[in-house]
Parts: sequence; C-alpha cells; structure tokens
Amino acid sequence: MRRFVAERTKYLLKRAVSSSSRSSLLPQFTSCSSSSLYSLYSSSSSSVLDPPSMGFGLGKSAPVSLENINPKVLKCEYAVRGEIVAIAQRLQQQLTENPGSLPFDEILYCNIGNPQSLGQQPITFFREVLALTDHPTILDSSETQGLFSADAIERAWKILDQIPGKATGAYSHSQGVKGLRDTIAAGIEARDGFPADPNDIFLTDGASPGVHMMMQLLIRSEQDGILCPIPQYPLYSASIALHGGTLVPYYLDEATGWGLEVSEVKRQLEEARSKGIIVRALVVINPGNPTGQVLGEENQKQIVEFCKNEGLVLLADEVYQENIYVPEKQFHSFKKVSRSMGYGEKDIALVSFQSVSKGYYGECGKRGGYMEVTGFGAEVREQIYKVASVNLCSNISGQILASLVMSPPKVGDESYESYSAEKDGILSSLARRAKTLEDALNSLEGVTCNKAEGAMYLFPRIRLPEKAIKAAEAAKKAPDAFYALRLLEETGIVVVPGSGFGQVPGTWHFRCTILPQEDKIPAIVERLMEFHKKFMDEYRD
Amino acid sequence: MSSRALDYESLNENVKKAQYAVRGELYLRASELQKEGKKIIFTNVGNPHALGQKPLTFPRQVVALCQAPFLLDDPNVGFLFPADVIARAKHYLSLTSGGLGAYSDSRGIPGVRKEVAEFIERRDGYPSDPELIYLTDGASKGVMQILNTIIRGSSDGILVPVPQYPLYSAAITLNGGTLVPYYLEESANWGLDVNNLRDANREARSKGITVRAMVIINPGNPTGQCLSVTNLKELILFCVQQNLVLMADEVYQQNIYQNERPFVSARKVLLDMGPPISKALQLVSFHTVSKGYWGECGQRGGYFEMINIPPESVDEIYKVSSVSLSPNVPGQIFMGLMVNPPKPGDISYLKFKQESEGVLESLKRRARIMTDGFNSCRNIVCNFTEGAMYSFPQIRLPPKAIEAANKAGKHPDVFYCLKLLEATGISTVPGSGFGQKEGVFHLRTTILPAEEEMPAIMESFKKFNDEFMEQYDDHRGYSRL
Repeated sequence: MRRFVAERTKYLLKRAVSSSSRSSLLPQFTSCSSSSLYSLYSSSSSSVLDPPSMGFGLGKSAPVSLENINPKVLKCEYAVRGEIVAIAQRLQQQLTENPGSLPFDEILYCNIGNPQSLGQQPITFFREVLALTDHPTILDSSETQGLFSADAIERAWKILDQIPGKATGAYSHSQGVKGLRDTIAAGIEARDGFPADPNDIFLTDGASPGVHMMMQLLIRSEQDGILCPIPQYPLYSASIALHGGTLVPYYLDEATGWGLEVSEVKRQLEEARSKGIIVRALVVINPGNPTGQVLGEENQKQIVEFCKNEGLVLLADEVYQENIYVPEKQFHSFKKVSRSMGYGEKDIALVSFQSVSKGYYGECGKRGGYMEVTGFGAEVREQIYKVASVNLCSNISGQILASLVMSPPKVGDESYESYSAEKDGILSSLARRAKTLEDALNSLEGVTCNKAEGAMYLFPRIRLPEKAIKAAEAAKKAPDAFYALRLLEETGIVVVPGSGFGQVPGTWHFRCTILPQEDKIPAIVERLMEFHKKFMDEYRD
Repeated sequence: MSSRALDYESLNENVKKAQYAVRGELYLRASELQKEGKKIIFTNVGNPHALGQKPLTFPRQVVALCQAPFLLDDPNVGFLFPADVIARAKHYLSLTSGGLGAYSDSRGIPGVRKEVAEFIERRDGYPSDPELIYLTDGASKGVMQILNTIIRGSSDGILVPVPQYPLYSAAITLNGGTLVPYYLEESANWGLDVNNLRDANREARSKGITVRAMVIINPGNPTGQCLSVTNLKELILFCVQQNLVLMADEVYQQNIYQNERPFVSARKVLLDMGPPISKALQLVSFHTVSKGYWGECGQRGGYFEMINIPPESVDEIYKVSSVSLSPNVPGQIFMGLMVNPPKPGDISYLKFKQESEGVLESLKRRARIMTDGFNSCRNIVCNFTEGAMYSFPQIRLPPKAIEAANKAGKHPDVFYCLKLLEATGISTVPGSGFGQKEGVFHLRTTILPAEEEMPAIMESFKKFNDEFMEQYDDHRGYSRL
C-alpha cells in the first residue's frame, strides 16, 4: 500500500492542475474532441511501419502507456475513491508507523457510503441464511438447530431448492437464479401494488454493473447524450465517459432543497439537441446522492410524462429506497408511479436499479443488486441478456442476499422481532445522525446545508472568503478540494469535494456521509467546528 | 411517440455484433427443451458444481463462519466447525475493514493480495508484488477491464488464438476493437506455431491494424493443450519484438492431465529469461477460483497480476477499478483460501487433500474416457485433453449433412449439435462459437459430467452419431481437415 499510495500521491499532485480544472468542469458538456484524439494516438503506431526491433517495453512506445491507453479511460473520473482518499490512506499509514505525529488519532472516512466499515452491524437473519447456503452440509447436523434460528434454516432450504442441484458454486442463469428472481418480483409487487415479471429482472454484482450495461447499450458515440442530475453520483459521469458518450447535465435547485424542475431538464434537453446531441436517457437518483432529497409523487409524475413524451429511457437509481428519514416523504418507485398513471410496457422504457449495499442492510462487500428492465422490445432484451451472458452470472451469494432484502422476515416469523429491532435501530440512528450533522454544518459560518431527507449523505455548501479562494488557486486546487484537504490534514476527517459530483460553477460543496457510529458524532462535530472556525479566522476578508 | 425510446435499430452496434456462443443458441434451445421436461446434460460451460462436483469442505466452512461471525461467540461453534476453520475465519475477518459487508480496497483486501503474491512466489520462484495484483469478480471482469484499457478503436487489434474462448471475441467487439486470429495446429495437438503468429500479425498490419496485445490461454480453452517452455519463450520474444502486451489466461493451471507438459506460468518463463527481456515484456496474467479442482464458479473470484506496466497506466487501471468500488468480499476470501490452502499438519488437511485429489484424478480419467470415446467414432478425430476441462473433437461431416444444414439455414456444426441435443439431451457448443478453419467442424463439450454417467453419455453420443452418419453418409467423403 505504501509505495503505491506514495507514488500515486506524487503523480496525482503533479496532475493536480489538469485534474482540478477538469473536475470542476464536470457539469459542462464533455467536449466533442475525443474522437479526434484517436488520430492523435495513432502516431504511436509508427512502430507498425518500422521493421520489428527490440522495442523495450518501458518508454513512449510501450504497448500500454499513457500515450496509447484508451482515451475514454483517461477521461473517466471517480472522486469517491480519488485523490483525497489516497492522501488519507497515506496519512493513515503515517499514524500507524508514527503514532502521535498528526493532530488526530484516527482517520474518519466520511467519503464513501460503506456503513459496515464504520461499525454498522449486518442484519442477523440475512447472515444466518447466507452462512447456511454457503455451507449447506451443516443443515443436516443437529447442532445447527441450536446455532441458527428456525426460519433462517427454513429459508435456506427454500432457496437451495430453487438452485439446480443445490449447487451454490455453479454459474446460474445469466439473469440470476429463477427462483430468486421470482422472490424479488413478488417483493416488488408487494412494495408497489403492481406486478413485476421475473424475466425483467437482471441480477448483477451490485447495481453499478447494471448501470454500465445500460450505458453500453445506449451509447453509440459521443453524439449520444445521457441527462444526469448535477450534483450526481459520479458512477454516471464515469460510466458515460468510459462508454464514449456525452453527459447532458440538468441542475438540481439547491434553494428548493435540491428540487428537480422538469422545465430545467427540458431546457437542457433542448440545448443539447440544438448542438446535435441525441439524448437517449434521463438518470434520476431517488433518494438523491449526494443531495439526499426524496422526490414528491407529483414531481415523479411530471418526470414520467416528460420521458414518455421525449422518448427517453428513464434510468431510475433507487438504491436508497429504504433510507428515508422524514415522515412527510415516502419512497415511490418510478415503476409504481408510471403504472399508477396508466402507463405500461408500450408507453415508457424504464430501468430501475436496486442494491444490497444501502438501506438498513448496508452489505456493500457482497456486491448484490439488480435492475428491473421494462418497456423494451424482445430484441432489445435479447441483447441485454447476451451482454449479461458474457460474464456468465453475478455472484450467487449476492443474488441470495438481493432476494432476502426484497423479502425480509414478516410478522409472525421467528426472527421478525429481532430483525425489526435491528432494522429500526439502524434507521432511527441514521436519521438522528443525519439531523445532528445537518445542524452542526448549518451552524458553521458561511455554510448552508440542505436536509438529508434520505440516502446517506450531507452536501453542504461552503462560501469561502476571497483570500481562501486565492490560496486555493495558488495551491493549484479547486477551493472545495483545498478546504477538504485542510480538513483532512487537521482533523483526519475525509470528505469528497463537491467538484467530484458537479455543482453550479462558482459554488463549492463537499459530501460527507452520516455513517460514523453515533458515539463518534459529537467528536466529529467538535473537530469540524473547531477546524472551520480556525480556517475562517485564517482566511476571513 | 411512434418509435420506442430504445429500439433495436438504435442500440450500440458493438453490442449487436458481439457473440457469446457458450450461452447462445444451443444453450437457449437446451433450456427450452428442459422446460418441456426433457432431461438435459449441460456440457456447454465449464461449470463443475452444476454437474455434481461437490464443493471442497474447508473453504465453505470458513466462508460460512465469516458470513455469520456472531457464531464465533457461541460456545457450541466447535461442534460444527473444526478449530483450523475457526482460526482461518478469524484471520480473514481481521483482514477485512468491517467484515464481509464492507467495500474493500478497490484492488481487493491487501492481506489476501499478499497471500496471492506468496502463492505466485512459491509457484514460480520469484517474488511478486501485491500492489500489482488486483482481485476481480471473476477473471472475466479482469480480462474485460484490461481490454478496455488497451483498445482505443477499430484499428487496434488483439491477437487471439483460434479456437478461442469467446469471452475474448465478445469483449474485443464490445470495446470496438479488432480480433486478429492466429490459428493453432490441430494436427500438432493444437500446438502454437510462431510462424502462424507472424503471418497473422503481418496480415493485420497490412490492413492498417495496430496490433496491441496477444492473448494466450494456457492450458487452452477449448483445446486443452499446454504450452511448452520453448513455445512460451518464442511468443514472449515475439511480443517484445512487436511491442505487444501479453495477456496470459492461466485459469486452468491446476487442470493438467499429463506429465510431458506441466504448467509453467508465462511469468516464470519471462523471469527465467532474465533482463533485458524480463523487464521489457508487459504481461498481465489471469487466474480464478472457478476452475482447477475448486470449481467455485458462482463465487466470482479472480485476479490479474501486472508485470512491467508503467505506474501511470496502473493508476488508470486502478481508477477504473475504483468506479466499481470493490470486488465481492466472499469471492476474495475464496481466492485467499485457494492460494493458501490447508497445509500438512492442519486438522482439515487430510480431508482437503483427499477431496482435491479425488476431483483431479477423476477429471483425468474422464478426459481419457471422452477422448477415447470420440476417437472410436469413424468420422471423429479428437486430440487428447492435456489440460483444462473440455473436449474439442473434430466432426467430419458428409456433404449431404452440410447440404441439409445449409438448407436449414444453419452452420453445419450448429446443425449437428442441435440434432445431438434433440436426440440425446447432450447440450454442447458448436465449434463455430470458438472459431475454426474454414470447412472444418468441431463441437466443445466439457469433461465434467459425473464419472459414473460418462459411459452412458458416450454410448448415447455414439448411437446418435452412428444414426446421423447412417442418414447423411453416402460414402462420397467427409469434410476434411
């Protein structure tokens, strides 16, 4: 880790000029020059014309070097595990090797929605079932009855019966085990009140691969555009870049709690079209990441209507559907909203993404998730299946977990009470932490922070004095990156600069998770407030 | 709206062009027949557990405990799990940053990557750097990632053996690149002739293709041949001369069924050659928990190791890995267990050894049964499966059969395989899915059906083949090699 991080840090600091200016341009259209980059790189094919020689790998004409790597890879950025995290890891190493050498005892990773890395416990029932399906041999032992709850044992049997030969080590159907998809479809129907077809479900290694698959399908060239919210979770910008498309930004309105105005989306769509971009899809993240807003039903209806009228695929990232912290808001899936408007398969093309990584289960490391694909013709679905089949299938344990998440213990089940207590405990704690951190951020000078109605993040806006902005420029950093780096260096708290998500140019934010354990929150608040006061004292005009 | 938001016409062309026969037409037909109640023997994919191979006990015990660490607090846990399993579960849990449910480092858990590095060092006799080992959700994801990094556009070519495992052709197409085939020599036991490589390379260049990388699959899939050290040296030199990245798919390295050509990694041969070559070749090697004697396909555990890749390129590869956050943690633990299995003296060692050897010995026997069974048919020639998990017999089809196939609008080997499926329930993959010389037909089957069922399966096949030849043979002669 050390050598990699040190070298990477050196390299990143060298690149800081281009990367900081590039990332703050995130909300802009990616310019159309990348296709012409191909011709630039073909200059390295001069080796094709030369007679074969002992071209020794390292050096300009090396087969895989920056000069001839796929330019889409170069263009792609992902701040959540970007520069600031690399620096944090270096500091963590320093703390291990030299305790007391820094003004803090530990690094607090608030950069990533990774609850169990910060002490959140998994749901016992889910883990019982997974342990049993991983090692079904013990289902025959009498000791097992004593160690596992009866309904977990029963569920494990039920799941194993759905897997051919009870072989959890075998590749499954490329869309995922049929019986598990049946369970998920039933769960979707129970949630929405509208039927779901197991054949519409594709189980994937987390929700992210599903997003990649859709981008691959939709993007033919840079002329194809995908509407994305700004701020957005940078999987979308990264995936669009990797697939060679164009991100068409639509701004969420910070003044109205990160509201989504369809008129703004329409404006951006039309502007893109006037530039010759064929806009293929609209990404909506609900509840929002990093912004945390939960859409109202009326709003959702407008969005559905808009997509239908404009012929856009609606890509609904709904991975935070079980993270809602305010009583006045509820999660409504876009599928439910569409169906309640009377719109069916022929009216709207909709892809809904769900994951086992978030909610109250927080099982990030399992890589479980699915997409429900509706409103596409059979030949398109065949193509989606074909792409899924190249990777054979997603990991079986993750598939099982996805089915458990969509059909957890019910009232009357042996595990229901303990499951319920665990779930409520986690969700109420998340709600409390969201409120505490939101209030703390709002108390800081020059900082305003919208409420986290859902998801796992806060995205405060920081208004930095002119002096700080100049200091950032001198350090060749975007102001929010400058602030975030200072925060890290002085408090050990790791956040992600707003430029990683996109923001209205000239505004600065950072994203902080609400995930550190509740008993750590007071210390975090204290350190944050102390740091901010010091920072403002230093740079106040 | 008259046209759908996403209709077939407006799909990414690369997606439409990509093919993956392993789960293509034959498999889909077999699934349909299965739904209708027909008994199907799926030999289309290297999926051992689906055909009755049992998982090894030790890793399943360890991972089950890692899934439910609260069991470790129960005084009765020792009745279900031996002490070394308990110790190993604690070891892996301590290496994670919050158990199985937390995203790990995007390259994989550092402690597991260290175990992989140690395995590579023991295997090859040269130290390996854990920083350059990336765990992935199966080896396929790693292959896709590296190809995506290399391919800029259609004028970038990748040398791929023919016959090949169609992940390569599919991934190259999806990434918009060009597959540059180099033929393996069926009559020389699927040997690799470097002249074929040179020819393929020259021809590609004359068409304006910049060849960027070369893929070797060793042991081969579908062909099963193991590359000799001489062959490896030749192709390493070739790659250095032509400035190519060498992608070494070594996922079958534990499936070797003869003694003449044991597995030697491309990395070992490279490092044995010493500088300057050992510092010049850019090499990426792939491995998995899906094959060998583990067969844990469903876990999606794999890794790639990079040699001589410049740090800035590694950074870019890291960046792309980070977008997917991390590979699945249970799969990573399976990988750790595979490279660091029970040792002599461990409580679980004897059982582990017995289970492992049992699988390997049986695979060896089944490889023989199948090869001999195919060769006993007069119109079939089959190279011995030196390694991997497949048999790739050449089926010589009489002209009448080829005509019938053309009439049915099907490639002759597809036609044959569909008839085989319908008559016997044996679901294979036609050779056209892997590539073959013009006018020569094969099918790929696995050697994975249970040993006790093998004789009946081969009987069933022979009966079908005899009847097929009876129907279509008029002794005019066969399709020839």
